[in-house]
Amino acid sequence: MFQVPSLSDLNVAAALPAVVLALGACVFLVVDLFVPRERKHITAWLTAGGLSVSLVLALLSLTDVVTFGDGEEAFFGMYIADQFTDMVNVIVLVTSLLGVMVAYNYLDRTNMQRGEYYYLLLFTTAGVMFMGAAGDLVVVFVALELLSIPLYILTGFRRPQEQSEESAMKYFLLGAFSSAFLVYGLALVYGATGTSNLREIWQAVDSMVAGDTSAQFLLLTGAGLSLVGLGFKVAAVPFHMWTPDVYQGAPTSVVAYMSVAAKVGGFAALLRVLVAGMPNFMLDNGTSAAWMDVTWLLAAATMIVGNFIAIVQSDLKRLLAYSSIAHAGYILIGVAAAGVPRVADEATQAVLIYLMAYAFTNVGAFSVIIAVERDDASNTGLSSMRGLARTQPLLAAAMAVFMLSLTGIPLTAGFVGKWFVFKAAIAADLIPVAVIGVLTSVLSAYYYLRIVWMMYFEDGDGEAATPRPLAWAIGISAIGTLVFGFLPYLLSDMAREITLAFGG
Amino acid sequence: MENFFDLVPLVVFVPLVGLLINLFTGKHLGERGVGIVAVGASGIAFLISLLLWLAQVDTGYKPVVVDLPLFSDWISIPAAGVEIPWQFRVDTLSVTMMMAVTFVGTVIHLYAVGYMHGDERFPRFFVYMNLFLVFMLILVTGNNFLMMFVGWEGVGLCSYLLIGFWFDKPGGVGWKNSDAARKAFIVNRVGDFGLVLGVLITFWTFGTLDFYKPDELPMAAHHAAEAAEEPVFAPEIPHEAEPHIEGPMGVFNQAEVWLEEGGHDVNFGMFSLSFESTITVITLLFLLGATGKSAQIPLFVWLPDAMAGPTPVSALIHAATMVTAGVYMMVRSNVFYHASDAASFVVALIGATTAIVAGFIAVGQWDIKRVLAYSTISQLGFMVAAVGVGAYAAAMFHLVTHAFFKALLFLGSGSVIHGMEHGHHHVAHGGHDHDDEFDPQDMRYMGGLRHKMPRTYWTYLFGTLALAGIIPFAGFWSKDEILLDALKAGVDDARLEGYLAFVLLVMAAAFTAFYMWRQMALVFYGKPRHAAAEHAEESSNLMVYPLIVLAFFSLVIGVINVPSGFPILGAIFGEHEFTSWLEHAVTYAHAASFNVLLASFAVVLALVAIYVARAIYNDRALETLGQQDPLELDERTEGLFAVAKAKLYWDDAYFKYLIFPYRRAAYWLAEQLDWRFWHDYVHKTVIQKNFHIATEFLTQPVDKGIIDRGFNSLGRLMQIIAQRIRVIQTGYVRTYAWTVLLGTLLVVFIILFPVIRGMLGL
Amino acid sequence: MLSDYAPIAALLILTVGMSSLILFMSRIFGPYRPTARKLAPYESGMQPFGQAIRRIPVRFYRVAVLFILFDIEVIFFLPWAVIFRDLRVYGLVVMGVFFFVLTVGFVYEWKVGGLEWE
Repeated sequence: MFQVPSLSDLNVAAALPAVVLALGACVFLVVDLFVPRERKHITAWLTAGGLSVSLVLALLSLTDVVTFGDGEEAFFGMYIADQFTDMVNVIVLVTSLLGVMVAYNYLDRTNMQRGEYYYLLLFTTAGVMFMGAAGDLVVVFVALELLSIPLYILTGFRRPQEQSEESAMKYFLLGAFSSAFLVYGLALVYGATGTSNLREIWQAVDSMVAGDTSAQFLLLTGAGLSLVGLGFKVAAVPFHMWTPDVYQGAPTSVVAYMSVAAKVGGFAALLRVLVAGMPNFMLDNGTSAAWMDVTWLLAAATMIVGNFIAIVQSDLKRLLAYSSIAHAGYILIGVAAAGVPRVADEATQAVLIYLMAYAFTNVGAFSVIIAVERDDASNTGLSSMRGLARTQPLLAAAMAVFMLSLTGIPLTAGFVGKWFVFKAAIAADLIPVAVIGVLTSVLSAYYYLRIVWMMYFEDGDGEAATPRPLAWAIGISAIGTLVFGFLPYLLSDMAREITLAFGG
Repeated sequence: MENFFDLVPLVVFVPLVGLLINLFTGKHLGERGVGIVAVGASGIAFLISLLLWLAQVDTGYKPVVVDLPLFSDWISIPAAGVEIPWQFRVDTLSVTMMMAVTFVGTVIHLYAVGYMHGDERFPRFFVYMNLFLVFMLILVTGNNFLMMFVGWEGVGLCSYLLIGFWFDKPGGVGWKNSDAARKAFIVNRVGDFGLVLGVLITFWTFGTLDFYKPDELPMAAHHAAEAAEEPVFAPEIPHEAEPHIEGPMGVFNQAEVWLEEGGHDVNFGMFSLSFESTITVITLLFLLGATGKSAQIPLFVWLPDAMAGPTPVSALIHAATMVTAGVYMMVRSNVFYHASDAASFVVALIGATTAIVAGFIAVGQWDIKRVLAYSTISQLGFMVAAVGVGAYAAAMFHLVTHAFFKALLFLGSGSVIHGMEHGHHHVAHGGHDHDDEFDPQDMRYMGGLRHKMPRTYWTYLFGTLALAGIIPFAGFWSKDEILLDALKAGVDDARLEGYLAFVLLVMAAAFTAFYMWRQMALVFYGKPRHAAAEHAEESSNLMVYPLIVLAFFSLVIGVINVPSGFPILGAIFGEHEFTSWLEHAVTYAHAASFNVLLASFAVVLALVAIYVARAIYNDRALETLGQQDPLELDERTEGLFAVAKAKLYWDDAYFKYLIFPYRRAAYWLAEQLDWRFWHDYVHKTVIQKNFHIATEFLTQPVDKGIIDRGFNSLGRLMQIIAQRIRVIQTGYVRTYAWTVLLGTLLVVFIILFPVIRGMLGL
Repeated sequence: MLSDYAPIAALLILTVGMSSLILFMSRIFGPYRPTARKLAPYESGMQPFGQAIRRIPVRFYRVAVLFILFDIEVIFFLPWAVIFRDLRVYGLVVMGVFFFVLTVGFVYEWKVGGLEWE
């Protein structure tokens, strides 16, 4: 007979940050309907409030001050509430808060101030949080959709403008296309192991007999296709082609948020599926997971393509889009390194550290672009950076910090992220990739430092406007980048106990 | 209650926050806001000190070492065995200093809000004052010599900043102020040199700079033996019998152990000294530091000049707190001084000599603050002499009482000066802007202020009586105890320095009473001798209330250490409360029982001196004062007075025999060695020319040709590659989707490659 | 294991082959004598007028999407309806949450005017 579970079995409390956020989003949706058009700022404040509450809960959980719920698994093993989830939550909530701050005035002056923006942001964030906590393949997919669809709408938020609509269309089509690959891959994994729960997959893979080629086939193909589907989300080559167009066409405040959040979600899911689900999936006489080779090849290709094409860009948003692709490559090195079991924990921590550092840096960089951008979305070319140091010294200084961080210069958070990732790569014996990573970082210095050069040593208008919330966001990002750069142990302490292994 | 000890970092941190607030937002806060922040910070620090005091009482006076989480590994080089943590020490000695510093500090901060009213750089002043508090508190709460040194240097810096605060006053006055500031700093440096050497040798000898390690208690062995001579205390104070002997020890316990063992040598590389001699060297070097900071012979010359700073500064730094740092340091190191008879001898001698020399000079001064400055030097001499004869508790007692009444006197003098300036404004209002001849601090222009500024007068009177040592005011108790201890050291222990110190200190006490009454007479009695004094007005409440508070304490604070055997008061307030309190931190603190004869002698002496002063500076003499002191007019005292007025020609001697030759030598070296030889010949001809030849070579063919060309080509190659790659981005969704498909096939193929290979048996 | 798929492969080949064959048969062997009438697009027997491809008002699409959404919701209710007695409170709460989320969407649609035809 079928046994009716009780409500406490669900252990909803363990998922408190995510649940609070999702509920909050639903409530704000309704509340916003009754907020008159001129007062849409109320929704923004409500959103910020909801995000803050969720952030506080996530921080409390991360620092082990409070333990929510009863054990690590919620919703019958579909939601895993461990340190990994907590850190993912913190990263994406910080990003969202910053995203709301930069959007506050931007929406006003570009006539896009509609309440939908804010709670769509909340839904995306909730999606990322669920992706980070996924304990089941189905959850991975649903969360991915929850993450993606609001982003499609947000990309096309600047409705009359053609560029925005076009990029939304491209994003949607390609996104749907890749989701299809993802679903197929997840289905194949299910077929190979007979279950969709990640813990049980891990157990099944463990006991999969070597030489059972057909199961291996299915599983490998499934893993490969999952890589494809999730690789699209994080803009890995060769699934990156939507990135430049979407980043250029979407409203800049959306890009600021999306560039980080989508990556966080994508990498979190990738780590869950590959590193938690099938870490010990080794072929006959291998010492590393079967999916490791593909991953580092993808990483290498991503870094190379991203960095090279960025050199010849003349539009800031497009340049940062390719930079985003390149950084996805660096992070993929970390994912690849997790294929070696003894390095898996170190590599997972490295990925999260990198993402945290990247969050501050990238949101900051895009915020500066928002400051420079005019109401009609022009003035986003490289030339807008000319002479910025003279008219807006603080803004230029912040941008310089962000550029240095993206390059990976020591004393910035970007360097800390790269350090940990490369360390993990070398520990996993992936020397060639690490070398490519370092070389392409050198290459990237050209286009990042070129911006710094233009700000300080060339003449230009340097027009920019920094309303208070935007200035605060830039300030927080800059300070975060520098603080994490000077005190790297803050990051590594946060990530210290993170492990994806199911143990036992 | 124990948890209160964790608050001690706040005592440093709160004034730091206060100064940061004032530094960054001071301009927007207005005088009231800045004052509230500064006084508030100081007040909160006092409250915390109070809590710490209560916590100490509650936990049996045990010393506690508090670690600050992020900073405990302040200087840590494990490979070299260097471990100097940033730790706070809360024991009875440091709590005493904390409370004295913060209480007097808060009162003076409050006074300063009124005193500095209208100053252009009002916020900056309070930033410096709070900064001073921060450093002074680091000095007294540090658990090792290096932290003490950090505080030592820091208060020196603040002294410099505050003395020269009015560096931009017109008419050459600004220059004088900044000169005084520089003098203070440089003279202090000489002393610091001694202190640094002492600290270094201490580290070399002991391998650590910690006073005591955490959980380590001061050793009681020696003390118990001495306590046996004073049966009054032994039963009351539970001495910690078994100190922490195993494992690493702090400096003082380690010293005690080695002294007991004997025969320990310290190796300095080329030679080695016995441990006892090393201690003597260390203590003498520390003494050098103390002569700088606490203005003893020979480095006292900066203190009188430091009066150029605003009066609250003089009160706080150069009377109550900073100058007592040297005394604190020596009391903290009482274990060392107790072990070295030779050093103690020198210390006592220097202290006593300074006391009387300064007292002598004070008689001949006309500037109201200068009298007080020399008085401070003299009283510091008392404290230092007390340390020299082994009366550590007495020294601390005098430090505490002196803080109150000297601060009172300085603040009172500030009130007088303000009144004089106000009067001068009143007078010169109609005519020219200011009378260049008029100096509001010159006592010759004052007189009769008793009626014009009554509250200032009465509080100043209290302070004078306290300083002169008239019972029941505070100064009597502490000064009497020092005299008693000196006499005892001479008589009972047959130590020469005891006798000498006693005699000199008694004479100095007499001088003290004399010059203080001279000052009272010149300032407050008689009739006003200048229009400014005629129109002087009482100062604002903000300035007078602190005076009243300090006056109250000058009267009553003596009861904290009533000597044993004193009738009535001893029973009410307990005997030697303060000494017993200190004993928990100062191993060799001991008390003396009351000697009626000596006490009466001291009081009578002071009264006689006052009577003599009154006689000389009677009303008739005051009226016809003009520019000459009655002592100048009398042939018998003419010569002595001139010498006193000229400050014993001390400054002039320094200038003639030290500074001037130094300058000549520096100039000659700069001209000959540095400029002519080094710059002209070596640099220009030898180095520069040859360097040019080399660089010319390297630039042309090497740099431009090879390196530049190489890198430019590399860069261009990257550009070309990038241009080639970028064309795949067509902008068409169909191309993108096609690429995704292609990529998928590639990924699946690569991932399946090993399996396929296995299947095909390759 | 792969050999199990053999029948499917056979079916695939047959199907593709047959359909291609049939298609191409008429192309190869059929006569080609086009006239204007024969080439005109088919519109249920009547004269074709207007453009073949017209812009359809988006409200049709909107109605279709809304229908799909709420229809799927109903579909999810069906299994629950069958055993909701057994599931008791748990089932009520879980489905309640599901219903709540979709109701939020519904309220949104309503207030934004998505249910208006014009």
